[in-house]
Amino acid sequence: MTTSASRALIPLGIFLALAALLFYGLGQNPREIPSPLVDKPAPDFALASLKAPDRTLTKDLLRGKVSLVNVWASWCPSCRQEHAELMRIARENDVQIIGLNWKDNRPEALQMLQRFGDPYSEIIYDPDNKTGIDWGVYGAPETFVVDGDGIIRHKRIGPIDQQVWESEIRPIIERYSAKKS
Amino acid sequence: MMRPTLKALATAGLLTGAIAIGTAHAFTLEEFTFEDPAKTHEFRDLVGKLRCLVCQNESLAGSQASVAQDLRKEVYRMMREGKSRQEVVDFLVERYGDFVLYDPPIKPSTYVLWFGPFLFVGFGAFLLLRTLQRKKEEPEQDLSETEQERLRQLLAKPGNQQD
Repeated sequence: MTTSASRALIPLGIFLALAALLFYGLGQNPREIPSPLVDKPAPDFALASLKAPDRTLTKDLLRGKVSLVNVWASWCPSCRQEHAELMRIARENDVQIIGLNWKDNRPEALQMLQRFGDPYSEIIYDPDNKTGIDWGVYGAPETFVVDGDGIIRHKRIGPIDQQVWESEIRPIIERYSAKKS
Repeated sequence: MMRPTLKALATAGLLTGAIAIGTAHAFTLEEFTFEDPAKTHEFRDLVGKLRCLVCQNESLAGSQASVAQDLRKEVYRMMREGKSRQEVVDFLVERYGDFVLYDPPIKPSTYVLWFGPFLFVGFGAFLLLRTLQRKKEEPEQDLSETEQERLRQLLAKPGNQQD
């Protein structure tokens, strides 16, 4: 009697396990595609600066300290949404934020910075998606954490808000900043 | 009576205009041709087998996303330079991951994907065979004496004969 009763519970168990698995799947975001570049050296680039068109920016920017490389564009609403948070991060923390202005045009990009402030220490101007393709960018905003040796340590897809900053980005920056000093 | 019709006509005209403008901007594969038709064919085949990361259920060939157009241009440029199909695929996988492939490679992280279905089928077959085996082992119960008698009576009844 007990064996047949417990045997009858097996399908229920399988059902519950399957339901739990599928429920977990619901919480996953299919848009967040893990980047194969994490823990690899950041791809080289040589592009003009957005703010000073005659200056060429290269990967040397990323050496020596942990950087956030933030992919943004003036046409991207989520970038505007995250802009205030980037301003706050730049103000309150000692982390250099490098902008990668992506598939945008110079006047509109500069206008956005004029209106909403400029959290970036340097901005790479990539209107033709050159560096974007090398970095595996497929949407904006995206943010890479690059350590002082120029290795990509994390990729955030989608806007950064305070919660993302505190729980996801800041711990990684602190880990790799500590390693340096 | 005339005015509403005119208005409707004007609206229809505007709408058609908007649609025309919309389609004028659509990306097509027409701009990507090679002197060698076989290469053009290969290009179309390749972009049809790569996945667009923005609109994930579309191939690179069919997607209207601007990133897809950039990648089509890149694939086209590489093929013009004489890069092989494998080199193009490696280039994209290096940057975007296996996700760009509709046909993911067999490696430890995809074992479940590739072999999971066989495991399920195997497990199902095992359960099925075992149940059938059990059934065979339990012989069907014979009729008791009284039941046998009743059966004989029923069969012997003339009314039950089939014609």
